[in-house]
Amino acid sequence: MRVNVTVNGVAHSVDHVWALESLLDFLRERVGLRGTKNACEQGECGSCSVYVDGVLVCSCLVAAVQVEGRSVVTVEGLDSGGGMHPVQQAFLDAGAVQCGFCTPGMVVAAHCLLADNPDPDDLTVREELSGNLCRCTGYQKILDAVHLAAERTGAAP
Amino acid sequence: MLRPSSWRGAMLLRSQYPDASPICGGTDLMVDINFGRARPATLLDLTSVEDIDSWELIDDGRTVRIGAGMSYTRIIDELSGLCPALAQAARTIGSPQIRNRGTVAGNLATASPAGDSHPVLLACWAQVEAESVRGLRLIDIDDFFVGPKRSALEPDELIRAVRVPAATGPQQFAKVGPRNAMVIATVSFALNLDTATPRVGTGIGSAGPTPLRARAAEQMLQDSLDDRWDAPGSVDEDVGRQFGALVAEAASPIDDVRGSAEYRRHALAVLGRRCLSWALQDLGEGEVAA
Ligand SMILES: Cc1cc2nc3c(=O)[nH]c(=O)nc-3n(C[C@H](O)[C@H](O)[C@H](O)COP(=O)(O)OP(=O)(O)OC[C@H]3O[C@@H](n4cnc5c(N)ncnc54)[C@H](O)[C@@H]3O)c2cc1C
Ligand code: FES
Ligand code: FES
Repeated sequence: MRVNVTVNGVAHSVDHVWALESLLDFLRERVGLRGTKNACEQGECGSCSVYVDGVLVCSCLVAAVQVEGRSVVTVEGLDSGGGMHPVQQAFLDAGAVQCGFCTPGMVVAAHCLLADNPDPDDLTVREELSGNLCRCTGYQKILDAVHLAAERTGAAP
Repeated sequence: MLRPSSWRGAMLLRSQYPDASPICGGTDLMVDINFGRARPATLLDLTSVEDIDSWELIDDGRTVRIGAGMSYTRIIDELSGLCPALAQAARTIGSPQIRNRGTVAGNLATASPAGDSHPVLLACWAQVEAESVRGLRLIDIDDFFVGPKRSALEPDELIRAVRVPAATGPQQFAKVGPRNAMVIATVSFALNLDTATPRVGTGIGSAGPTPLRARAAEQMLQDSLDDRWDAPGSVDEDVGRQFGALVAEAASPIDDVRGSAEYRRHALAVLGRRCLSWALQDLGEGEVAA
């Protein structure tokens, strides 16, 4: 079947989509955006986090056919200029990336968190990122990165 | 792909395509599909159906009718005053990503004994709107769960909404699990002090083949509150212990990876006592939902 969807502002019309295909597979294999990662396919790790119509979701738990006519934003589309979003830069600068597998999902979830709450305390960050697992960093650098991004984006109105 | 935009259309498609699986948030179904445990011929996507992703007051404002498509996130944001225990339970579900998609209707249709909305719906005497081309029926929550992962829904029926009486007094929900986020309950418990009737409602999760009601505990507490609903300070401490013990007795837990039967009974006694003391405190402070 065909799915028509806007991904990172670009309209796509994709044929031969499997009826039960996940949005995660659709993004990676059909649209060719491999930033969104597949680590568990059961909603536990958050590495597949994307926005659907502005709402943060696990793309492994959304059927591709459910995004017909909707708008998806992936980690590749956070910066509308195609460059580095301040949240991405903060992850780099804070050393919040080790193997990097959790990073795209973590960055999208942190982006969402800061959009709702520009100056979150630690507890809020922990709660809002509770759906994103990292096996490497121990999370402290990730917390640092979120606070750094908050500082930078708060400073530039 | 079946993608109705109206409720009528959804029901027609449900009866025409019995092999299609309804999907809303996908947070249960997609896991089964991704792991090859479910292979429906196609999906009946309910996320484009108009008017099912919101709530309204019915019955002269006494009942909240929650549409099948309303996410946990919106329940938390919009209903923590009218349905405090349901909002409390919703806060404990999964993660932000899961709460943004998951629905009470999906939780009900899955009918897991561990579904976190279930103890609350029992404690509140909720009703499930089940509808098919044959018509609409209201299923009392006590008749809804018929076995592990089995509900009273007929194969051609869809859940249209859940009717939850608005809180008239304190409500509590508590859940035990190994972590603060992303946990399937080891046990859970909900308590509802309905000061209008007045009566006591309870619900137990993850401690039996289905979610359960602790009838003897409800009766005991009701008797001891009797004419003291407005002066709960005079309820003696023993009542809390007895209540917890009766909650634990109502359960029929098993040993599994999440906990032993013995631990579950113990934890339920603690949760029962704790929820009661919180609720009595709220009652004493006159903290009744708007
Ligand atoms: C990582 C993770 C964590 C989770 N944590 C929790 C938790 O803490 N507590 C908890 O209770 N659950 C939890 N869940 C399970 C799940 O999120 C809930 O059961 C949720 O309520 C399901 O709702 P949904 O809309 O996503 O259902 P879906 O997956 O869309 O559907 C579930 C089932 O219900 C059927 N269905 C859906 N809508 C309807 C309808 N309107 N009428 C008839 N049938 C329908 C579908 O056909 C399917 O069989 C978790 C799941 C994941 C992946
Ligand atoms: S791959 Fe989707 S949550 Fe892990
Ligand atoms: S950096 Fe390796 S999983 Fe997070």
